[in-house]
Amino acid sequence: MSSVADYPELSYIRAVNLALDESLQTHPEMIVFGEDVAIPHGPFGATKGLLAKFGDRVFDTPISESAMLGAALGSAMGGMRPVVEIMYADFLFVAMDQIVNQIANSSYVSRGMLKAPLVIRTQQGHTPGACAQHSQSVEALFAHIPGLRVAVPSTPADVYSILKASIALDDPVMVFESRKLYPTKGQVAVGQDDSGIGIARTIQTGDDLTVVTWGTARALVEESVASGAGAGASIEVIDLRWISPWDSSRVLESVSRTGRLLVVHEANTNAGFGAEVVSTVAEELGSRLRASRRIGLLGTPVPSSPALAQAVLPTVARVTSAITELLKD
Amino acid sequence: MQLSLADHYREMLIIRLVEEQLMVAMTSGLVSGSTHLCIGQEAIPVGACSVLRKDDPLIATYRGHGWALARGVSPVDLMAEVMGRDSALNGGRAGSAYLSAPLNHFYGENSIVGAGVPVALGLAIACQRAGDGRVPLVSIGDGAMNQGNVHESLNMGSVLEIPMILMVENNGYAEMTPSHALTAVPAIARAAAYDIPGFETDGNDPIAVASTVAKAREIALAQSTTVLVEAHTHRLAGHYSGDVQAYRPAGELQEKHESCPLARAEEQLTQDEVTQIRASVVSYIAHEFAAATQIPAPSPEGAFDYVFSS
Repeated sequence: MSSVADYPELSYIRAVNLALDESLQTHPEMIVFGEDVAIPHGPFGATKGLLAKFGDRVFDTPISESAMLGAALGSAMGGMRPVVEIMYADFLFVAMDQIVNQIANSSYVSRGMLKAPLVIRTQQGHTPGACAQHSQSVEALFAHIPGLRVAVPSTPADVYSILKASIALDDPVMVFESRKLYPTKGQVAVGQDDSGIGIARTIQTGDDLTVVTWGTARALVEESVASGAGAGASIEVIDLRWISPWDSSRVLESVSRTGRLLVVHEANTNAGFGAEVVSTVAEELGSRLRASRRIGLLGTPVPSSPALAQAVLPTVARVTSAITELLKD
Repeated sequence: MQLSLADHYREMLIIRLVEEQLMVAMTSGLVSGSTHLCIGQEAIPVGACSVLRKDDPLIATYRGHGWALARGVSPVDLMAEVMGRDSALNGGRAGSAYLSAPLNHFYGENSIVGAGVPVALGLAIACQRAGDGRVPLVSIGDGAMNQGNVHESLNMGSVLEIPMILMVENNGYAEMTPSHALTAVPAIARAAAYDIPGFETDGNDPIAVASTVAKAREIALAQSTTVLVEAHTHRLAGHYSGDVQAYRPAGELQEKHESCPLARAEEQLTQDEVTQIRASVVSYIAHEFAAATQIPAPSPEGAFDYVFSS
C-alpha cells in the first residue's frame, strides 16, 4: 500500500475517469452509456479512453434521457451495473419520471427483490456565460425522493471514492459533479475505499460556529475562512458530501458544541437542502441552536451574464458577512 | 409448444373470473381504491405467454393482472395483493396497478403510461449481453403510443439493434377517449417510422396472438431488432373501476361482448368442453379468492424496510 505522500495529484475530471476505469475492471457487469460518452470521450472527458479499453461496454446513446435512464433501470434489474452520464443536471428534468417514479421505487415496492444497482453521473452549477438551462444546482429535488442516494462531491479525492463506492452499491445513486470543479486538482487516495456512503467530512474543527457546505460552495467557505472571516473565532467546517441519506449526527454533534450554524450551497435557498439541515438541527437541539443562516442562490433563475450572475449566486463576500453576523449573537 | 384452444380458453377464463371476482370484492369493500381491469383483452397475454420463454422478462401496464396470471402468478397471490394483504407478490406495497412477480420474471405493471418501455429496453440490453436468447416483451396500450419515452425507446432499440418486443394492445380507448380521436397514425405505422419490423394481429384470438408473437420473437433475435406488434382488441370494462363509461356509443358493449375472446373460443369448443372447463375454473377461483381473504394485512412494522437494497 502506498503512503499518503505517494498519492497522485489529479484533476477532478481525471479522478472521475479513473474511478470509472477501475470500476469497469472490478465489475464485469458494469456498463457505461450516455450522450457522446464512447467515441467522443464524453463532453468533458470523463469517459476518455474507456471505449478503447472496454469495447462495447461503453456506448453512445441517442439524445433521449428518458430512454437512457429507463434503460439504466432495466439493465440494472437484469443483472448489469449501469453508469449513465447525463450531460447537464438540467437535462434530468427530461427524464424525471424514470428517476422518480421508476428507479426510486423499484426496491421498496418489490421488497428488495428488484434491485437497481445504477449510478446517474451528472454535473451541475453555473459557469460564466452559461444560460439558465445549463446553470442550475438541483440536488435538493432528488434528496426529496425516498429511494435515491444523492452525493455532491467537492474534491477529486471525494469524487473518486464516492463514485467507486456508488458503483459497487446495489442502490440507485445520483452523483452531482461540477464542471467548474473539473479542472481543480487534489491528491487522490487511489485504491483506497471511501470513508462511507452518507458520511460527511469535517474539514476543520472549531468551537464557535459550524459551517455546513458541499459541492462548489465548499471553495467559497474555504476562501472566506482563509481570508480571515470571523477572525479570532474558532470555526468548524463540514463538507456534507452526501445529502441523502446525510450525516445529520455529525452536524448535530458539531452544532451542539458551537450553537451556531451556517449552511452554504450554490442551489436556490428557497426549499434548498440547507432548509432541511437547519430545521433538523432546530428540531433536535431546540434552544441550543442560538443562531442560523442559509446562503444560496437568491431566488432567481441563473442569468447568463457574469455581471448579473454575481448578484444572485453565493459569493465569498456573502459567506464572510454571514459568518461575521452569526458570531455577533 | 402450441397450446390447444381448450388450454387457452382455460387460461383466459381464469383471468376473466379473477377480474370479475375483484369487481365483486370491490363492491364488498375488500379492495381499497381503484383497479384497471383487462376484461376483453385476455387473449393477448395468454397467447403471448404461451410462446414466450418462462424467463423472457415481461413488463405490463396497470391493466396487467392478465399478464401476471398468464406468466404463472397464482390467483390467490394476485387477489391478495390487490386487496392490500401481505401477499407473496409484494406484500401489499404494490396494489392492483404496480404489482410485480420477479420470481416469474414479471418485472411488473407500471402506473405511468408508456414508462415501462424504456425499462424493458434496459432489460433487453441485459438479455442481449447475457447472450442466452431471452427476449423481453413489454405491453402498452394504444394510448401510450403518444408518450415521448415510447418513441425514444423505439428509436434507441432500432439504432442500437436491441431484441425486444413492444406489444401494443389496441383496445379502442386511450383511457376514456376513442383512440382514433387522439392518434395521428395507427400504432403499426410507427414501426416503419423507426425502421423496425411490425405485425398486426387479432388480439381476440389467442392462437393468432401466439403465432404472431412467436414470429416477432424469432425475428427480434435473428435480426437483432426491436419488433412492434399491434394486437386489436376491445376493453369490455371501464378505464378504471369507477368509470361509468358514458362515453361509449349505445350498444357497443353488447356487440363487443359477442366478439370477445371467450365468446369466440366458446363458439369453436364443444358444449361439453366449455361446461367442464367453466365448472373447474369457477370452483378454482372461488377457492383461491377464499384463500386470499384469509391472508392477513401486512404488519406496519415492515413499512420502513427496503427503501434501499443495501
